[in-house]
This record gives sequence, structure tokens and C-alpha cells, in this order.
Amino acid sequence: MINLKIDDVNVTVPENTTILEAAKQAGIDIPTLCFLKGINEMGDCRMCIVEVEGRKGFATSCIQKVEEGMIVHTHTPNVLEARHVILDLIISNHSKDCLTCTRSGNCELQILATKFNVLNVEFEGERTNHKIDDKSPAIVRDFNKCILCRRCVAACNNIQNIGAIDCIGRGFESCISTTYDHSLNDVDCTFCGQCIQACPTGALKEKENIDDVWAKLKDPDMFVVVQTAPAVRVALGEEFNMPIGTNVKGKMITALKRLGFDKVFDTNTGADFTIMEEATEFVERVKNNGVLPMFTSCSPAWIRFAEKNFPEQLEHLSSCKSPHQMFGAIIKSYYAKKYNIDVNKLCMVSVMPCIAKKYECSREEMEVDGIRDVDYVITTRELSRMIKQANIEFEKLEDSVFDDPMGEASGAGAIFGTTGGVMEAALRTSADLLEGKSIENIEYKMVRGEKGIKEAKLNIAGKDIKIAVVSGLNNARKMMEQVRKGESPYHFIEVMSCPGGCVMGGGQPIKNSKIRSTVDVRKLRADSLYDIDEKSVIRKSHENPTLKTIYKEFLGKPGGEKAHHYLHTHYTKKDKYILDS
Amino acid sequence: MRLKMKNFDELEKIRKEKRIQLDLRVNSNANTREKHILVCNGTGCTSSKSVLILEKFKELVKQKKLENVRVIKTGCFGLCAKGPIVIIRPEDTFYAHVKVEDCEEIINSHIIEGKEVNRLLCKDIDGSIVKKLDELNFYKKQKRIALKNCGIINPEDIDEYIAFDGYKALEKVLLKMTPYEVIGEITKSGLRGRGGAGFPTGRKWMTAKEQENEQKYIICNADEGDPGAFMDRSILEGDPHSVLEAMEIAGYAIGANQGYVYVRAEYPIAVKRLKIAIDQARRYGLLGKNIFNTGFNFDIDIRLGAGAFVCGEETALLESIEGKRGQPRVKPPYPAVSGLWGKPTVINNVETLANVTRILLNGSEWFSQIGTKNSKGTKVFALGGNVNNVGLVEVPMGTTLREIVFDIGGGIPNGRKFKAAQTGGPSGGCIPKEHLDTPIDYESLKQIGSMMGSGGLIVMDDTKCMVCLAKFYLQFTVSESCGKCTPCRIGTKRMLEILERLCSGEGDMIDIYKLEKLAVNIQKASICGLGQSAPNPVLSTLKYFREEFREHAMEKECKALECKALSKITIDPEKCKGCGLCQKGCPVNAIEGSGREIRTINQDKCIKCGTCLTHCPFKAIGNG
Repeated sequence: MINLKIDDVNVTVPENTTILEAAKQAGIDIPTLCFLKGINEMGDCRMCIVEVEGRKGFATSCIQKVEEGMIVHTHTPNVLEARHVILDLIISNHSKDCLTCTRSGNCELQILATKFNVLNVEFEGERTNHKIDDKSPAIVRDFNKCILCRRCVAACNNIQNIGAIDCIGRGFESCISTTYDHSLNDVDCTFCGQCIQACPTGALKEKENIDDVWAKLKDPDMFVVVQTAPAVRVALGEEFNMPIGTNVKGKMITALKRLGFDKVFDTNTGADFTIMEEATEFVERVKNNGVLPMFTSCSPAWIRFAEKNFPEQLEHLSSCKSPHQMFGAIIKSYYAKKYNIDVNKLCMVSVMPCIAKKYECSREEMEVDGIRDVDYVITTRELSRMIKQANIEFEKLEDSVFDDPMGEASGAGAIFGTTGGVMEAALRTSADLLEGKSIENIEYKMVRGEKGIKEAKLNIAGKDIKIAVVSGLNNARKMMEQVRKGESPYHFIEVMSCPGGCVMGGGQPIKNSKIRSTVDVRKLRADSLYDIDEKSVIRKSHENPTLKTIYKEFLGKPGGEKAHHYLHTHYTKKDKYILDS
Repeated sequence: MRLKMKNFDELEKIRKEKRIQLDLRVNSNANTREKHILVCNGTGCTSSKSVLILEKFKELVKQKKLENVRVIKTGCFGLCAKGPIVIIRPEDTFYAHVKVEDCEEIINSHIIEGKEVNRLLCKDIDGSIVKKLDELNFYKKQKRIALKNCGIINPEDIDEYIAFDGYKALEKVLLKMTPYEVIGEITKSGLRGRGGAGFPTGRKWMTAKEQENEQKYIICNADEGDPGAFMDRSILEGDPHSVLEAMEIAGYAIGANQGYVYVRAEYPIAVKRLKIAIDQARRYGLLGKNIFNTGFNFDIDIRLGAGAFVCGEETALLESIEGKRGQPRVKPPYPAVSGLWGKPTVINNVETLANVTRILLNGSEWFSQIGTKNSKGTKVFALGGNVNNVGLVEVPMGTTLREIVFDIGGGIPNGRKFKAAQTGGPSGGCIPKEHLDTPIDYESLKQIGSMMGSGGLIVMDDTKCMVCLAKFYLQFTVSESCGKCTPCRIGTKRMLEILERLCSGEGDMIDIYKLEKLAVNIQKASICGLGQSAPNPVLSTLKYFREEFREHAMEKECKALECKALSKITIDPEKCKGCGLCQKGCPVNAIEGSGREIRTINQDKCIKCGTCLTHCPFKAIGNG
């Protein structure tokens, strides 16, 4: 243990603790901007500078480690002045349109400006001028708000190992950009949205579809159906100051109904369809010596990643559409027909924790017989904005339940929202399918938890099945590299693009650096999903009665021709860069 | 060229043979019938076509069948202002401003007839003709350690390096010294980093030595980037092996087996000569595995920099070698602990390394007797700006600025007055005339607000505006900032904007206050040396020439006439005699009046070039 003194407070911390962490322990909150624990620890912004006695210049508290007997001062007049100048300089090159910024109120720069009482900008001067990139269906980049903290670069490069963005130019002209300065749409960006989660300001945000949805809701001729992904219900409450991970399913449904949606359905039911199809596909592949390992296909950033980076290995991807696309296809066919709704007047909106789903629903394959599966995807954050715009006091809402006839989903569908969840759900069904009976033990705890790569060996129906669960595209890449080299030992691999799975999706409420440093957001949200699963009466997808009905009345056999027509898709090689755009 | 050698005895044999042959290079009384025509092929003279001169001499020697005459390509002689330079040995005759057309006369008259070509002999500042190199005042106060071989040997011939004790220090180290003894010797010598900051070299090596790691690296930092600096380039062009040998020694001392020379791609001649040198050293077995059967392995590769100034900062340099964007890392950890690919790495500047072999051969005591208490040895300066003898000089530490500018540099041209000198380039500061007698060493320069820097020394006369000077250096740092940390990225830009306002008459006293506030905070809060030192030119000019800043801000006046927006040239009607001389000099016909009329200046036409001021015999024209 190391003993040191910070602002006259004695602190004892383990070796290799940073000054910043040690200070936190002493109840001292050193300001940071570029720091994002475990992701970006570079010391670029200089907000966290402190003075260490006997040392020349300032120390960078977010990186520099404590030393025995160190005496640290975090707010000497020198430090305060320098910090003020730094903040002033950052603001001097930042577009100060806070009133019209989506991150107002949740902007780390704004919080610091308030904290340090910046009343006027002393060092005004030329500002860098960047074009806004809003070409992609998923992400909007406004680098007039960028403060060059590079948290997005770190998320893209270090966490996801994509490298779609990095710093170009020098000095004052430096900016974060892409290959040949093209739109994100035309480069190797996967639209996972982890950069948005990392951004401390409003420089990166989702492409909003709120106005489109409002327009449909206001149109009296339209029948607007909404579905909500499992991860949304355990995060939406955070936008209304509720504890992280609170399950607000009941309030969310009430709010959606108040917003004017005609029907509110649960994507978890879609997830049950996915499991039926995916488990069937997997069993077929195992039985008929098909292409293995099979990768799950629910995560659209992962699909875009695979199409751009591993076009030769696309047959390893399950041909299943993702749950909300499947569900959209069923709503627009089976449901519309059954309830006599003009499918041209039926609008399908998905509320997702995901940025890439916006891209997914715009993919040309995502339609059946000319009918689009899903019309709009809005994120958890966008839904919260709509609720606020509708003057709804969310915290005070009564609970409601999902509408019939799609309402009842299995617990397996719920855990789709966290890493390992799809695998666990698929195993519950595959095991039953392969064994030909209902297996009692349904909790596959080895696939749970935060690790980026989890693996397990199971014996199902006398057959050894090796599975892997990966989250984060860096880990997905490792799996695909193994396959490329013919070294993959697995039969079935679950991939979720975002580290931790959908609960940590790019469309979820943004937690600032300080929260991310101290709270395990992923765990809180995931635990809430496992809790939903545990409390569910039905915990296996194939036992969902709604499913049984729809297969019986409409789809026929899982994996059958009709099911394929509605619920499956195909993948094509995509150029990594579209350079003539 | 000979084949790979097995031991140092074979090397010694070459050394002895070759040394006798080359005695005439350093001994004007050498007992030989040979004559060597040395042609400077450093970058400076090369840009004045010295390569053609070299070829012409070779052609003439061949044509005239002059068997005892050899034409030798050398590195820089130092007195670049007189280039292209040709020196004839052993008599040491110094020919300046030689042209291709002069070659035949030199051969016919000097070589064949034994008569010097008087018109090409060098003239000293006082007008006297100087026949020999060392008779020049320029050379008298110099002491050449790092530049010892520059201008004497052919840098593309390893044998010539070997002849002048080349690889003898390596022999001594590998056969007779332990790594700790080597480090001890360097530590005792008091050698400090010549890249600018002056960190004790021995201590750096010791830190790296103490790290337990299988893999360590030696890097030679040849990313010389200060505007006006060319010391390292000249050493690499003139004596590349001295650097390679020192890297090997450093490798032996710390336990590294791989070295890299990180050199700017904009130094093509240096790069070429380094490549030749590495190739020759490898072929002799002086680089590679099990060098001369001593069990020591060491090899060197070149890494080219793409010209970013910040890559001279050691951690940005490491990033660049690793293939990343050249931007600095936060220190600590220092490279000696965690450097290239996380391995202990010693990064030494070219000039630092060039001293190493000399120290090990002559002893630390010899070295530590040169210089001042805390700054030992010599320092090479690239002397430039408003000074007569522009060129490369090496002086003992402790030499005063006055000696360098006036004795060696020959003073200020055109009868102007000395105003200030800038050391340390964009990271350093200006030294005004009241500090001309400051001894040049690390501490003294720091004390007066400048720094040693890597060795750029720019002299400025009284026509220079110090606000403009500060602006010039800020322009440089703004465009060379890597953009990583806030104070440097945005702060230097804001400082430049303020300086631009002051120079265009739009500034005020609050601007000066802001300038200082920014400067102090950028200095303290930036990540690397570039940002931390970027405000130095501003702070030092403010310290010594605050009145000029005030004049720019308050009186909207630039007395040096450099800020065109602030200068107004007028003719005092009381003093004007109507001679009209001023009109003759004016390039834009801005001066009105004819006959014996009192002249006036049309301010709309005037470009403030100041020519009329020099033409007026009555001192009637002035600024204001």
C-alpha cells in the first residue's frame, strides 16, 4: 500500500493507483474531460493537472501513479489558473449553441463550465469550421462541438478495434476524421455507436427519427405499432433520474400508449422467434454437417462488420433476421391480415438500445414482398425525449402491460439484451430440440458476466458442443480470424457488437465519465434483465404460446419455407470504403 | 573494400596503413608528394553545385593524368558563408566561392605550377587575405570535438574514419571495459544531452542499464527541426561513423542489441551517407552478430521522419517509429524505463553521440576540463541571421555570446548594430546586448530566459522588430503543434492571434496581459517540450523588449519598421534640403516633389521598405 497526502488529506491506496483515483478515495473530485476509465487514459485535455511537491511542472493525475510520501495539491492558485485557462481555451473553440444541443444537461464540458463558473470567454479567437456529416442513417458528427478529447477514437480503436476514426491534421487544425475524410457512411464504421457513448459533448449523436415518428402518430389514418427491445426497459428510467438498471417496463408501456401508439408490443416475442429459427438452423447445421461455427446475427453492427471485413466467411452467419426485424415482418403480415389492417397504413416503430438498428432497418433486404419490416428505429434516448416533449411525468406513471396478442414473451427473450443472453436462450431451446424433451436445468451461468470472450463445452444429446460468447467487435474479429485460419474450435458463437451487449448499446442513456469510472453500469442493467427472466413463468422461447399459435396458424415449421420467407435474410460482401462518393 | 574482419588486430592494420596515407589531411608538413583536393559536399555547398565542382576536379585530374592528386568528397568545413569551399592539402590552402569554371585554373596554377590562385583565396572580415583555414578568425576560437572529422575525411569511406582512430573506442570498450565502467566514464566526463534539455547522458544510460529486460534499444535522434539549425545534419554528412560507433558503445553499456537512427527524410545527403556507413560497417563485421568474436551483437537501422517538428520530442519520436501518429506520451515513465514498444530505450542526440568516442579515447578527465562547472565539453552552433560568418561553429562551453557573434561570426554586416540573438530556436529565447558577455552554458542561458536548445543561433540587427520575432516563432510552433493537448493546440494559436493583432495595430495593452497569462500557463500545462517551451520566445522578448510591445499596442508604432501596418515614413521638412536622392532609391515612386523642393512621401504608395532612409544624407527621413 502507498501512503500519500492529497490536499492535506492522508490517503492509503494500493500500488499503481492513479492520483485521480486516490483523490477520489479522499473525497476529492479532480475534474477530467478526456479521461474515460479503461478506454482513454492519455492526459490530453490537461484538466486533471495537479501539483506534486518537489516536482517540476504539473502532474497529470489521470495517468500518473501515486508514490510513497507524495504530497499532492489539487487546487493551488497555479493549478486553478491553468485549469481555468485550459477550460477557457476549449470553450473558445467550441460552438456554444447549448440551447439547441442534444447533450445540453448531460454535457461534460457544460458541467465543467458551470463548476468553474465560466462567465465569459477570455481567449476568444478563430474557430475551426467543420462540415456536419449526417449522411449515414445512424450517426451524425458535428465537429464544431468536438473538443479533441479522442474518447471516440479510443472507443473505436482500442475497444472495438475498428479504427474507422482517428486524428488527422496538426495543431489547431487537428480533427477527428475518417479515411480520406469521407462520411462515416462510406468507410469501415459499423455504426455500433460506442463513439457516441464515449463523447463528452454533442459532437457525436444518433440520427434522430423523432419527428418522423411524431408525424406518423399525428396522422389519423396511420396505425402505428411500436415494439421495445429488452434492454430499453432497464435503462429508460435513467433518463428520468431513476437508479441505473431500474426495470420500468410497466411505465414505459403506459408512456408509449400515451404518446399515441396504437399497439405496444414486446420485441422479446421477436426474440423468441429468433431463437426458434436460430436454434433450428443450428440443430440443422449440426445434424447435417453444415457450416460451423455458426455465428448469431442479431447485432447489425456485427453484420456490417462481417460484410466489410470477412466477406468470404458470411456463410458462418446465421441467416436469421434480428428479433425486431422478424417481429416487424410478422406484424406486417400475419398480424395485419388477422386484424384486417391495411399494411400500407401500418407503421412499425422499434425502440432500440442500438444505433446500428437504424441502419439495419434501412437495409434493402429488410422487407418481405415489398413491405418494409420496420419503418423507424428510435433509440432509448429518443424515446425519453419524446416522453419529455409530451409533458409526461414518467416517474408518476402507472404500470401497463404489453398489448395482446403479442404481449407474452419468454424470459429467454428478455436476456437477449445482455451478452450471453442469446446463447443462453438458444441453448435452452436447442437442448430441448436435440434431446427431444424438456430439460429442467435452464440457467447457463458460464455464458453470463462481463468478460469479452466466454466459452463453454456442453454435452447435449450425447454430443459435445463447444460454444463461445463474445461482445465487442475486437473479440468478434478474433473469432473470425480463427475461422479464417481454420482454427476455430467452436460450434456456435454469439456475437454482440457492444461490449457487454445491448444493455450497453450506442442508443442507451449516456453515462458520463465519472459514473462510468465508479459504477458498473453494465452489471446493473444486465442483472435487471436476469431478474425479469427469473420471474418469468415461461423461460424457454419454444414454449411461448404466442409463437406456437403463429407457427401453427401462419408460419408452419420453424426453419420451413414460409418461415424463411419472412424471418430470414442474406448477406453480401460490402466494400470497406466507398471512395467515389 | 575489404571483406569481413575477425578481430581488432586486422582493423588496427588498416588503421596504420591508412593513417600514413592520410597524414597530409592533418599535417601541413606531411612528407608526401600527394595532394588532396577536398571539396565540401555538405548540403550548403551542394546547393551551390559543389557536386559539379567535385566531378570537374576528378575529370581534370584524370585528363591531365595527375597521379599524385586525389579529389576527396568531404562533409562541411563550417564556414558556409564562403561556400562552395575547396581546400588543398597538405598545404591547407582555402579557396572560397569556387565555381565550376575555376577548377581548371586551380589545377593548372595551384596543382601543376604550384602558384596559389589569389583571386579565390578567402578574405577575412577585415579584408586581409587568408591562405590557410586555421588562420581565419572564424576558426581561431573554435574547438572541434564533435566536428573533429568533418571536412577532413571522406564520410563515404569507412577506411578514412578508421584511419583517424575510428572504431578504436569500440575496441577499447568491448575488450577492456565493463558496461558499468563505460557508463562511469561517460558520467564522469559530465557529458549532457546536446538536443537541448541537457540531461546528463551517463545518468540516462545508467537508468536504462538498471532495467531488467531482455530487449533494449538505442535511438539516435537526428530529427533536427529548429529553423536555422544544421549541426546534426553536418555531423551525419561529415562523419556518420562517429555516431554509429557511439550507438554501439551505448548498446554495449546498457545491454541493447538494436539501434535506430531516426532521421528526417528532408536530409537526403545525411540519409544516403548513413546508409553507406551502416552498409560498410556491416560488411566489415563492425555491426551485426558476434562483433569481432566478442559475443556482442548490435545492428542499426534507419527510420525516416516525415518532417514533423514534434517528432524530435523523444516520446513522439518513439510513437513515430512504432508507426503511430507522432505525438508525445506523458512522462514519466521515461523512455529509459519504458520506451520503444515499451522497452527500455536510450535516446541520444547526434551531437551527444559524436562526443562519446572522443571521451572514451581521451578519457573523461580530458573532456571534463573543457567547458564550465556544470556544462562540460563543447557545443556546436549553427550561426545564422545578421552575422558575417554564417556557418557551423564548435566552441567550448562557457564561450561568451560576444565571442561567438563578433570574434568568430565577424560581427554584424552592413554596419548595423547588434540587437539580440536567439538561441534554442522556437523553444529558446532572445538574448539582448546587455547579456552579450554571458558565458554560453545550460544554466546561464536558462537564467537569462533562453535555453541552449539544439544549437541554432540566430543573430538579429537593429532592423528587426522583436514583436515580429516572437510572431515568427509562434507561427512555427502553431503549425508544428501536434494538436494533442489543449494548451499547445489552442493556446499557441491564441497567442499568435494576439501577436498578429499587435503587429497590425489592432492590439492593446490587455492583449499583452493576455499574452503573458497564456504564455505562463501553456508553459506549465502542456504535455511535452514543444508546448512547454513554445511561449519562451514571447516571454523572453517581453522580458527584454517590453517597451517595443507597448509601442505596438499603445503608440501603434514599430520602430524597426518591420510591421508595415504600424510604420509611417515621413520627411522632416526642417532637415530636408531637396536634394532628391531619396527619390532615386524609392522603388515605387512614392516620394513627391522636384527640383529643390522639400520632398514629401505619398503614404498611399509607400511600402515602408526603408530604402529612402539609407539614401538621405541629412537624416531627414524617419519613422513616425
